[in-house]
Amino acid sequence: MPNNDGKMTMAALDNTLEVREGVDRETVETVQSMAGKYKHGWETEIEMEFAPKGLNEDIVRLISEKNGEPEWMTEWRLGAFRRWQSMEEPDWAMLSIPPIAYQEQYYYAKPKSMAEKPKSLDEVDPKLLETYAKLGIPLKEQMVLAGVEGADAPAGRKVAVDAVFDSVSVGTTFKDELAKAGVIFCSISEAIKEHPELVKKYLGSVVPVSDNFFATLNSAVFTDGSFVYVPPGVRCPMELSTYFRINAENTGQFERTLIIADKGSYVSYLEGCTAPKRDTHQLHAAVVEIVALEDAEVKYSTVQNWYPGDEEGRGGIYNFVTKRADCREARAKVMWTQVETGSAITWKYPSCILRGEESSGEFYSIAITNNWQQADTGTKMIHLGKNTRSRIVSKGISAGHAQNTYRGLVSMHPKALNSRNYTQCDSLLIGDQCGAHTVPYIEVKNASSRVEHEATTSKVDDDQLFYCRQRGMDEEEAVALVVNGFCREVLQALPMEFAMEAQALVAISLEGSVG
Amino acid sequence: MTAVAKLGPRAARRAAKLEATASRLEALTLPESGEWLRRARETALARLREIGLPDRRDEYWKFTDPATLVRTDAPAAALFEITDEAMVFDAIDRLRVVFVDGVFDPDASDELEAEGLEIVRLADAGGRDIHWAQELFGALEAEGQDPVTRPLAALNTAVATDGVLIRATARVARPVSLIYRRRDPSAELALHHVVKVEPGAELTLLENGPGAARVSTVTEMCIGDGGVLHHVRAQGRDHERRAITHLFARLGEQSVLKSFTLSANGALTRNESVVWLNGKGGSAHVAGAAMGDGAFHHDDTVFITHAAPDCESRQVFKKVLRHGAVGVFQGKILVHQAAQLTDGYQISQALLLDETSQFLAKPELEIYADDVKCSHGSTSGEIDADQLFYLRARGLPEETAKGLLVLAFLAEALDEIAREDLAEEIREKLRGWVSRHR
Repeated sequence: MPNNDGKMTMAALDNTLEVREGVDRETVETVQSMAGKYKHGWETEIEMEFAPKGLNEDIVRLISEKNGEPEWMTEWRLGAFRRWQSMEEPDWAMLSIPPIAYQEQYYYAKPKSMAEKPKSLDEVDPKLLETYAKLGIPLKEQMVLAGVEGADAPAGRKVAVDAVFDSVSVGTTFKDELAKAGVIFCSISEAIKEHPELVKKYLGSVVPVSDNFFATLNSAVFTDGSFVYVPPGVRCPMELSTYFRINAENTGQFERTLIIADKGSYVSYLEGCTAPKRDTHQLHAAVVEIVALEDAEVKYSTVQNWYPGDEEGRGGIYNFVTKRADCREARAKVMWTQVETGSAITWKYPSCILRGEESSGEFYSIAITNNWQQADTGTKMIHLGKNTRSRIVSKGISAGHAQNTYRGLVSMHPKALNSRNYTQCDSLLIGDQCGAHTVPYIEVKNASSRVEHEATTSKVDDDQLFYCRQRGMDEEEAVALVVNGFCREVLQALPMEFAMEAQALVAISLEGSVG
Repeated sequence: MTAVAKLGPRAARRAAKLEATASRLEALTLPESGEWLRRARETALARLREIGLPDRRDEYWKFTDPATLVRTDAPAAALFEITDEAMVFDAIDRLRVVFVDGVFDPDASDELEAEGLEIVRLADAGGRDIHWAQELFGALEAEGQDPVTRPLAALNTAVATDGVLIRATARVARPVSLIYRRRDPSAELALHHVVKVEPGAELTLLENGPGAARVSTVTEMCIGDGGVLHHVRAQGRDHERRAITHLFARLGEQSVLKSFTLSANGALTRNESVVWLNGKGGSAHVAGAAMGDGAFHHDDTVFITHAAPDCESRQVFKKVLRHGAVGVFQGKILVHQAAQLTDGYQISQALLLDETSQFLAKPELEIYADDVKCSHGSTSGEIDADQLFYLRARGLPEETAKGLLVLAFLAEALDEIAREDLAEEIREKLRGWVSRHR
């Protein structure tokens, strides 16, 4: 176990934190304990190969060369890099971001033992395997994830994992079995070589190269990430998962994920991430693109547990991520679920472009910030097609000196007739030094669409309470039932494998939000 | 790489904005005024040069293009003769203060005297030592420039040609009514009012009339402990008028502000309200009903700051839109850490009567206190088919049924008017609009 000093923090907080009446003690303690005990703060000692510090065209070329990329890809990166040089960091979020020294970090770090890409998992450096084993991510195919038992999980339920360590993918499990079903699941560097036609067609088609400062940076320097292609009519036989681990110091992680769900296919994708405890900040700027074609369905779930920094606000990951899904054809469906507990600063808006008729997007989020963490997160639902549907459920919990902002956009274009959106944002403040904010944008450009937005820091639905009271519950019980039921709804949107981890992380009752 | 530091895009944009502002203000001459007023105007102008005039790329103007409000000359707007109904508030006994094309008209106005009231024309005030007005004029506007700038309010402070300074020292039942008449199709109006309600006093302020081709009003309100200010405003039916209005209101302990605005038509209207609840137990209600048919762009921008504990605020905005009308709502509740036990409520709703209309909203909460009750809701949609069916099933013709549903939709905003006789005046205007715009 790491030599953390979480106990001291908790004691200190216990004495000083004024908690208002109605906030469940357990909730407070759970939130506090999460900050003090970052479980994944240890470091793997492993020999690394770094590219020179800093960022310029040579580094971009070097990354491209290390990945053995074709010429078009190198040019694509260079185009992005040139563009990025004329851009500025976004300043509109409710975040206070200290200046980032882009020339003071490494853009490429790879374990020396990965000089030759291992042909199978048996050849992977045992140290790396150990690292993932310690994180609870076994990279052996015969094993299934620990803790997944019970009636809901069929015996031997499998999860295919792509493990990304700093800049490179160290291995992908169950590749052969997936290939039998026609599913391509590999690292993006591999996909660029093996499936250039798919990559060329879809890369940058959802998040354009010049989309925003961090996405453009990512386009120039992304080193690895995951690639998924599910062919028409295929229901992916197992959950797919990528586990990101930042290990090396002063190294940014820039991964790129591309998921393509062809007509009538289904895939559920999980993402997890952790990093060691350090006093300096580290940058993580990822891009995730999802393309869902006719009748396809994609579930994308994240449990974001990057190192959040210590109780003084030292260290922690800057998590500046662009995630977007394009429901390109009719009846496509995308569901984002996120549990955000880590990172010093989170800047993240998983979005859906609802282009296809009757396509739908969902966003479920629990964001917890403590100590000096800052989160500005939310979603965009852009309704372009007729009869499109979207639903947003966001829970923000803020403690310590943290700031937690929900920022969202719901846009109904003139042609998106008969569309529907429902948004609910709830915030809970624990202690009087933190902040919770809501910044929704609503743009409705036709009459037949219905848009409803609700945000509250206090009340649960009176009708539901009334219903419970009528059946003989006292107010406390009724409130507990309604609130817990609602919170569970978000957690249940997570696939089984993640629900376990998320529940352990969140284990928080929202009872205090009533009162 | 050259060593010369190039401006980044943001710095370059700011430089361009300030340059545009400087050239727009170049030919500007400040109105003749006495000592303290001249100083306040010059300070406001300096403030404006610093913050720059707004343009479409400003986040606060994302939904509303300020170009026609900023340009030097007001676009001409045809006069609109109203012959089919009486002017609003005509039935109310009130003290009338009339401005014609932005100029005070003493003949049409009542004597500016009443028990418990002090009323002075701004144009006469500069040379006089009126402490209470001096302390407020331009001061609340300046305070309102943070955290979001309101450059057009600073411009108004600098150039306003007239206005009234009103001080209530007792509970005054008879409303003071500001009436803006129009004669000249291209006239511009820039008025700046100061309203001071002393502790325990009460005042009702009415505003109505078409105004001018382009209207800019700033009203700075200071409500002392236990004071009450009712504000009811009806913006005229002129289709081509453009207007920018600002209310800045500072409330003391246990004081009350109730402000309601009715807007029907107008090419462009932006009403900004900035309210500070600075004393314990204050209450601020800001509400509006807007009906737009055709080329109508209406923007309610509200910023309420809870700086003291135990205060209550409500924002209630309803818009009925058809034939391409655009409704905008930008509302914010900011709760400081000290403002425990805040009760903040905000609702913005649009009823879109056809497929061409738009509703754009940004209902924001920014909360730094943990024991608060804050909520906001925003909805948009067409007339509920079930409700329409219910009324039709009871024998009402479709148009009548729709009219009833529109009135019912707007009713919640009208509930914010405390005086029933004033509410009835407004209701009458709504009925008129609904019957004309079938």
